[in-house]
Amino acid sequence: MVAQDAHAHAAPQGFVRKYIFSLDHKVIGLQYFFLALAAVFVGMFLSLLMRVHMIWPTAVLPLVGEIKPETYLQLLTMHGTIMVFFVLTTAPQSGFGNYFLPIQIGAPDMAFPVLNMLSFWTTFVAFVVILAAFFVTGGAPLHGWTGYAPLSALPSAGPGEQLGADLWITSIAIFCVASLMGALNFITTTLDLRAKGMTMFRMPLTCWAWFITAILGLLAFGVLLSAGILLLLDRNLGTSFYVPLVVVNGQVMGHKGGSPLLWQHLFWFFGHPEVYIAILPGMGVASQLLSTFARKPIFGYKAMVYAIMAIAILGFVVWGHHMFMSGMSPYSAFAFSIMTMCIGVPSAIKTFNWLGTLLHARIRFQTPMLYAIGFVSLFVSGGLSGPFLAQPVLDIPLHDTAFVVGHFHLIMGVAAIFGMFAGTYYWVPKMFGRMMNETWGRVHFVLTLVGTYCIFMPMHYLGMAGQPRRYSQFTELAYLQHLLPLNQFITYAAIVTIGAQFIFVINLFWSIFKGPKASDNPWEATTLEWTTATPPPHDNFGGHTPVVYHGPYEFSVPGAPKDYVMQTDPAGVAAH
Amino acid sequence: MATFSSTVSTQVPKIGQGGGDRPPHIRDGGGDGGRGDGFPDYGRRLRRARLGLAVAIAPIVMLFVSFTSAYIVRQGLPTFDERSSTYVREWIPVNLPLALLLINTGLLLASSITAEMARRQITRQAALAPVRSIPGVSLGQETGFPWLAVTLVLGGGFLTGQWMAWRELADRGFYLATSASSSFVYLLTATHAIHLAGGILVLLYAAGTSLLHKPVEARRVVVDVTAWYWHFMFLLWVYVFALLWFLR
Repeated sequence: MVAQDAHAHAAPQGFVRKYIFSLDHKVIGLQYFFLALAAVFVGMFLSLLMRVHMIWPTAVLPLVGEIKPETYLQLLTMHGTIMVFFVLTTAPQSGFGNYFLPIQIGAPDMAFPVLNMLSFWTTFVAFVVILAAFFVTGGAPLHGWTGYAPLSALPSAGPGEQLGADLWITSIAIFCVASLMGALNFITTTLDLRAKGMTMFRMPLTCWAWFITAILGLLAFGVLLSAGILLLLDRNLGTSFYVPLVVVNGQVMGHKGGSPLLWQHLFWFFGHPEVYIAILPGMGVASQLLSTFARKPIFGYKAMVYAIMAIAILGFVVWGHHMFMSGMSPYSAFAFSIMTMCIGVPSAIKTFNWLGTLLHARIRFQTPMLYAIGFVSLFVSGGLSGPFLAQPVLDIPLHDTAFVVGHFHLIMGVAAIFGMFAGTYYWVPKMFGRMMNETWGRVHFVLTLVGTYCIFMPMHYLGMAGQPRRYSQFTELAYLQHLLPLNQFITYAAIVTIGAQFIFVINLFWSIFKGPKASDNPWEATTLEWTTATPPPHDNFGGHTPVVYHGPYEFSVPGAPKDYVMQTDPAGVAAH
Repeated sequence: MATFSSTVSTQVPKIGQGGGDRPPHIRDGGGDGGRGDGFPDYGRRLRRARLGLAVAIAPIVMLFVSFTSAYIVRQGLPTFDERSSTYVREWIPVNLPLALLLINTGLLLASSITAEMARRQITRQAALAPVRSIPGVSLGQETGFPWLAVTLVLGGGFLTGQWMAWRELADRGFYLATSASSSFVYLLTATHAIHLAGGILVLLYAAGTSLLHKPVEARRVVVDVTAWYWHFMFLLWVYVFALLWFLR
């Protein structure tokens, strides 16, 4: 209903309408981007505290003082929650997607700009609410980002489980609503606002990734919302959805008959698609960049699209592999295990196609491309341990160890972050009209790639050697003594890697203001965002609507005057 | 262009990598803001709003699907009985106020019908609006039955009826935390009521805009989409009612 209102008028005047409560998808995309940037530094700081505590358990740390076991669990919970929701879900999808989905399909804005603005500000409120959990009596919750009941459902279960846990689940519920609004907008925009000639199969793979991710979010966040509502009712109104008859500190709680496993089912029905919500946009960016910088068409465009769809569909039927430890029937475990290993097939198709794109290519090794290659590397390294954990017989000994921490950080955390870095270095010239510094970009890349491998690869070994997760202190356990040097190494690597991120932030802000001016198409890419001015005007294309004649990856087309054909180029069409 | 080699054609645009093999499909795509003469394109807005609604229904369905699965799982769970130290099945069927709920269902059905009448009425008005604006053309007075207002009253009646059903449940001793079965009754009816209340707010907005001399085409988009949403709310209520009654 409000679709065109934003552009039926002139660009908004005044600071508040232009930069704060803006209806412009580009401004909203940047708002999401900077929100995620703030969140990632909070999350990173928390991880630093955890790593330092693990090797110097008695150290008194800034801001938090002495770390008690429950403090450690609070850091862990908030690190996971902030990173998963406010970084991995926010930046790649809502941030870059908001900015570039409409431009790449040739639309002047999102389908519902007001809803888009509401979606961002709702996310912002969710972020404020979760940060508030640090500052209430008892502090932040300690039940982990997965919030397993009954620990999460009983205010008397521990410090932080009173108001802190209420704020935690409220924040997540608000975030669900915001994500649903965002997903609604993404799907409607993709289906209804494509420019003339922009068929679905001419969309860049980034758009496909954002579109499918939005569908995943649309179906998954409703379930998390329902789980959160039940948890809030159990916590505050005495119902017994999740809580069985329990005794806490000698006191019988008023609940009976609830099932903690019900929470796990609902949570993981959301939780596994969430993994793909985090990684699919990164896959889209990697595909886009590999093709652009290899100056070759993406290998197997349609296979890539169908692989994204297959991953999304399979993602909804594998949630049980997070619950092998719950005493589920071996037959269910077997079914979940098989389905999980099936995801390896479309993932392998994607990897194969990425490598096929690079084969025999004259690759331009610029910073965005380095990150795209890094993404593939991390996706393979993190993904290969997936089929291990997909098997109940291996998952049961490895489940509560550092092996799992290493696995999901590589694939869901660092690979997705590399997708974001690739996107940032690639699109900053379009978003701000200035190039980022190439040298410092490379330094940042090398330090981050080597650093993250040094952090997370040894964790696989630690896990196999028996180091449990979530333990705040193990330096006094005799059987883990010999692992201390490796843990120290990981902590040092973490300190260096976190330090390297300041190179990125300084480079980013320095470039935004002082970087060399970017041309309209500095990477010689083909998609629609590179056909418009830099930065794009209010209605994206300066009053005209683009018409699309080509697929998104027409590089090195025989007979074409240049080694790339813009999607909007009406002439010079290759006849195959 | 004359310099192109023989492999190049400027006549028949075909799409290359990733484009399939169809000629450029000139689709009436998005977002040019209208007919280019300064008037918003209400047909496109309507289509977009309906598409948005269709998409928005998906998460609402997922919300209720997930409540339903929780309902079925929770119903089948045994409870540990501390007196006998055994597991017992302790699902207390809720004594639902059936007559009242049937009346409410009738009210919601009636409101769904009046919402449809309102939708058709405003569709007709919107279709005739360009003709009316021609000077000297008179089409006679529309009867103008206030279907929207009737829908609002009936919708309000349904919510009041649901409130009375809650009071009745409380009188019969079923509170939110009495048993898992009663928890679900309150949860499902409340979630449905909140969604319906959202529809009422939008209808109030539509009624409000009619006072603000917004063009009838703009109002039509709001009323049309809300009417479809309202039908969905009716079906959803039938589903919730059937679940609570037949699986009690």
